[in-house]
Amino acid sequence: MMRLPWFDYRAPKSIEEAAKILAWEGTGAMLLAGGTDLLPNMKRRHQMPGTLVGLRNIEDLKRVSNGNGLRLGAGLTLTELLAVRGLRDRYRGLAQAAAQVATPLLRNMGTLGGNLCLDTRCTYYNQNYEWRQAINFCMKKDGDVCWVATASRRCLAVSSTDTAPALIALGARVKLVSAAGAREVALDDLYNNDGIDYLKRKPDEILTEILLPKPAGWKSTYWKLRRRGSFDFPLLGVGAAVKTAGDGTVEEARLVLGAVSSHPLVIKTDSLLGKKLTDDAIAEIGETAESRAKPMDNTDMDLRWRKHVVADFVGYALRELRGDDMGATRLRIAKQLV
Amino acid sequence: MSGNGKIERRRNVQLRLNLNGEEAEVSFAPYKTLLEVLREDLGLTGTKHGCELGECGACTVLVDGTPVLSCLQLAVECEGRSVETIEGLARGNALHPLQAAFADHGGSQCGYCTPGVIMTAKALLGEEPNPSRDRIREATSGNLCRCTGYNQIVESIEVAAADLRTPGK
Repeated sequence: MMRLPWFDYRAPKSIEEAAKILAWEGTGAMLLAGGTDLLPNMKRRHQMPGTLVGLRNIEDLKRVSNGNGLRLGAGLTLTELLAVRGLRDRYRGLAQAAAQVATPLLRNMGTLGGNLCLDTRCTYYNQNYEWRQAINFCMKKDGDVCWVATASRRCLAVSSTDTAPALIALGARVKLVSAAGAREVALDDLYNNDGIDYLKRKPDEILTEILLPKPAGWKSTYWKLRRRGSFDFPLLGVGAAVKTAGDGTVEEARLVLGAVSSHPLVIKTDSLLGKKLTDDAIAEIGETAESRAKPMDNTDMDLRWRKHVVADFVGYALRELRGDDMGATRLRIAKQLV
Repeated sequence: MSGNGKIERRRNVQLRLNLNGEEAEVSFAPYKTLLEVLREDLGLTGTKHGCELGECGACTVLVDGTPVLSCLQLAVECEGRSVETIEGLARGNALHPLQAAFADHGGSQCGYCTPGVIMTAKALLGEEPNPSRDRIREATSGNLCRCTGYNQIVESIEVAAADLRTPGK
C-alpha cells in the first residue's frame, strides 16, 4: 500500500493569500489543484513537498469571462471546462483535447491548469520507489543516468499534456501570479525542452488564467493517439488551427505536436501559407512534422511506428480543418465521439 | 510537546462531513486520502482499494454528487461536503435498483470493481435517466473490470435505468 508522505496542508481563499504562502514557504511548498498528477507522484515519492497549498477554495480560479476572447480560470476541472458555453463551437480543438484527457472520473477532479503543468512522464520514472531503487533510479529523480538514452545529458521524459498542444495552436497565453506581481506569457513560452526543468513557471508563481484570443476566422482540432479509448496519456497529440480566406487559402496556421518531445513541439507552417489545403500541401507539412518528431522509447508502443504515424495524424487534423468528413476515422482512432 | 513544530504537525485533524445522508465527524492523520479515512477510520470497507493511483476506478465515490476517485481525494479537502458510498444505497433490506440489476444480470462477478461502477452509474442516472448504450459506456470508461467484459455491466445499468424511470420507484 502506498501512503502519502506527511505534509502541512494550507487552504488559502484567495490567489493573493496563496501567493504569500508560496513566497514564505519557498521551494518546500507545492500547489495542489485536482491532485490527479501530484498525489500519485507523492505516493511514489517523486515529490515530497513539506507543505501542500490547496487551491480548491479559491473561487477566482474558477472564473470564466468572455470579452476580447475567452479567459478561463486555471482551477476549472476539465469537466467544468467542457461545460463552458460555446467552447465546442468556438475553440473546438481545446474541447476535443479536454474530452480525451484520462477518464471521466479524472476529468471531474483534474484541472486545466494542472494539465498544463503536468509532470513529464517516462517508463523509468512513473514507478514506485522500490521499482526505481531497483534500477538505481534515473536522473529525473534520485539518480544520475537517463535510462532512455544512457549517453543523454538531459532527461528525456515526455510532455504528456493534451490541452497544451491544443491551446498553443489556438494562440493561448497564460497568466502567472506571484507575491511580487503578475505576468503574461504565450503558452508556448511556458515550456522548456527538458524532462526535469520542463516549466518556466517559477516556484513562487501560480498559473491563474488561460487567455484565448477571439476565434474569428479560425478553425481548430485535436487528434490523439493512445492504446485505449480512455485512461491513457497521449502517445501522440496533434493540435492544429488554421485561418483561411473565403476561397480556402490559408492565411495563418499553427501546428503543435504533443508527446514526441519533452515540450509541446511547434511545427513551422510556412509551407501552408498562401495555399489551399490540398492533399499535396498536407502531405508536405505531414512529412516535415514527422521528421521533427523525436518520440523516445519511454512510453507505450513502438517508437518507430509512433514517429511514422505523425504524418498520418497531421493529415487527419488538416483534412478535418479543410472540411472533409473525418467522423469514421475519428471514431476508429479515438474510440469515442469527441 | 506543543512547542515542537514537528510533533505539532503530526496531530490528527478533525473533519465534519455529510456521509450517506448523516452528519459524521472523524479524526484522522492529515495525509490520509478519503479512501483511507472511509475504510480505516469510518469502517466503511465497501469502497474498494484498487490501484491507488487513479488508474482503475475501484474507489469511486460521490462527493457533492460528482463521481471522483477517493484514492486521489485528500480527506482534509472534504470538510463540510457530502460523500456518498456504496453503503448508502440500500434502504434497509431493499437493494437500490442498480444493486438489484447488477445481481440479477451478471454485472458483478468477483465484485471488486462493482461499488465503483455502481457509484459512477448512480451519478449518470441522476443526471440522465435514459442514457444511450454509448453514453453508458463513455460514462463508465474510467472503471476497469477484469471479469465481465463490460457487456453485463452496461446491460445492468440499462435495466436499473428503466427500473428507476418506472413511476413509484
